[in-house]
Amino acid sequence: MYRYDEFDHAMVRQRVEQFRDQVARRMSGELEEDAFKPLRLMNGVYLQLHAYMLRVAIPYGTLSSRQMHQLAHIARKYDRGYGHFTTRQNIQYNWPALEAIPDLLDELAEVEMHAIQTSGNCIRNVTADQYAGAIDGEVEDPRIISEVIRQWSTFHPEFSFLPRKFKIAVSGHANDRAAIRFHDIGIAIKKDSAGAIGYEIHVGGGLGRSPFIAKKIADFVEPQKLLAYLEAVMRVYNQLGRRDNSYKARIKILVHEIGAEEMRARVEAEFAKIDARGTLNLPNEERQRIASYFAPPEFETLTDDCPEFDAKYAEDKAFAQWIKTNIVAHKMDGYAIVNISLKPIGGVPGDATDVQMDRIANIAKAYSLDEIRVTHEQNLVLPHVRKSDLYVVYEALCAADLHTPNLGLISDQIACPGLDYCNLANARSIPVAQEISERFSDLNRQADIGELHIKISGCINACGHHHVGNIGILGVDKKGTEFYQLTLGGTPDENAAIGDITGPAFTADKVVDAVENIVETYMLERKDGEKFLQTYRRVGMAPFKERLYGAE
Amino acid sequence: MAQHVSKGARFHAVTANRLTDGEVVYFSDQGTWVENFSQAVIVDGAEATEALLEKAKTDGFLQVVIDVYPFEVIADETANGFNPASVRELIRAAGPTVRLDLGKQAATSS
Repeated sequence: MYRYDEFDHAMVRQRVEQFRDQVARRMSGELEEDAFKPLRLMNGVYLQLHAYMLRVAIPYGTLSSRQMHQLAHIARKYDRGYGHFTTRQNIQYNWPALEAIPDLLDELAEVEMHAIQTSGNCIRNVTADQYAGAIDGEVEDPRIISEVIRQWSTFHPEFSFLPRKFKIAVSGHANDRAAIRFHDIGIAIKKDSAGAIGYEIHVGGGLGRSPFIAKKIADFVEPQKLLAYLEAVMRVYNQLGRRDNSYKARIKILVHEIGAEEMRARVEAEFAKIDARGTLNLPNEERQRIASYFAPPEFETLTDDCPEFDAKYAEDKAFAQWIKTNIVAHKMDGYAIVNISLKPIGGVPGDATDVQMDRIANIAKAYSLDEIRVTHEQNLVLPHVRKSDLYVVYEALCAADLHTPNLGLISDQIACPGLDYCNLANARSIPVAQEISERFSDLNRQADIGELHIKISGCINACGHHHVGNIGILGVDKKGTEFYQLTLGGTPDENAAIGDITGPAFTADKVVDAVENIVETYMLERKDGEKFLQTYRRVGMAPFKERLYGAE
Repeated sequence: MAQHVSKGARFHAVTANRLTDGEVVYFSDQGTWVENFSQAVIVDGAEATEALLEKAKTDGFLQVVIDVYPFEVIADETANGFNPASVRELIRAAGPTVRLDLGKQAATSS
């Protein structure tokens, strides 16, 4: 894992002290709210419905057990004993007092964490594939270039006041788990025929009010030129992005308006200028230095033959079920990737208590080479577990109620905090997710339905990624009452698609029935082995619409 | 964000969040900020709402609360005879509907 150098330490500590002074001046009345608000936002402090909310960055979703213990400690000491893992691979605390946040940030800094780049119109915390360094077939560990981008973008003076926020995601695998086509910049790591690494650049993707799939504008940017290329993209955006209308200020609108070809031409022209100066070449030795932090851990030489695992698999049905749903093959023989579902039946998607966080940290320390990952689907991952340890890990997860075997199934839903917490929300998300989870609580039924991703947002800003849900649910407000609009057919992966709206929205008491009707229609229409998305793509909207709204 | 005031709405109260901890507060008939909606002053009509808002936004108060705004309430059988009209304000007045152990509702139920 990346370890802070002296500059990182100094920078974060200095930032905390600045914020401490800003909070003190706000409390004394020296600073008014209009002046203070942008300062608190730059430190990840939002005002929500009931309290302040602090969003803590987890760069590219990677945590050590020490860091996870500290997140648990912070939940206990400064919050109400829990945290919420988000679709940006971050964690949010829902109840910190403003006065206490400088001390909280000090304690975060002790474990090399902070809330920088979690708010404001800057380049936000970079996200990446949660299976980085563990999955077979990876071209390159995406955290290497994610860390390079983090260092380049943090407090970059030219990009601290962009037209709007800016999100970058990186995938090093053919299977895109980082939703790169729905980011302002998505980077796919590629290898050419000679074995050299390069970066494919997608620009202008996004969700929110106007969803767009990113356009590919470069096929293969060489590693040493990547920052120059990204800087060229940022410059074109900074210059041409709209600042008069926040709904039209994201780069996706610019790319949509001028077109991918024009965008590419402008970026290439800017890139040529930056490249000619030669000042932004990433030295190979620096790249290697950062890469060394992400060198594979000391794996043991094992084989996949594991009689003790086979015995437990045969005798414990619940364990076997969990293995089938939550375990992914590791690149090393004798190891496995363990997904920890934060979606217990009827629970709040993405929430974990301080006790659960401590337990996960202990398990990671003992059985996952001290590493934990956060996924954009609001789950956690133990990336490097020996196959022979899977049963003991499973038992430890059971003891902490973290063993729900539902990864990728209908109850593994994304849900934003919604109107239960969020100041921007128009409708609640979590209760809808909970009711769906309860309705489909029978795990055999879930397994029969198969892979199906439901994503729920409480407003058009789409933090719950509803546009890319196989079934998407968007909460809307009609005269103070909650309604829910449904979409079908979205997916965030390499076959990116934006869902189609089914028709008129449903009331809160009808929306889960509507979801069940959609699922039943799929079950009737599907052919052998078809997933929901495949059936939808084959049969289209018509049978679903008819079931939901009756024949026209 | 959902609209706080709908056209033609009659009764209103004024709310904010406390600067130090973000707690939801209401402007009371004593001219102070209180945590409980039942102690909020309710005014009738657009003019009275404007006047109340002005009173709530004086300089002194802007050092102790943030995000001051009026919202619609409707007459009913509960509390002080009024309740917030929107789901949003009902949730602010009570706490998250998915965590009944948190927010103001936790204090009143214990």
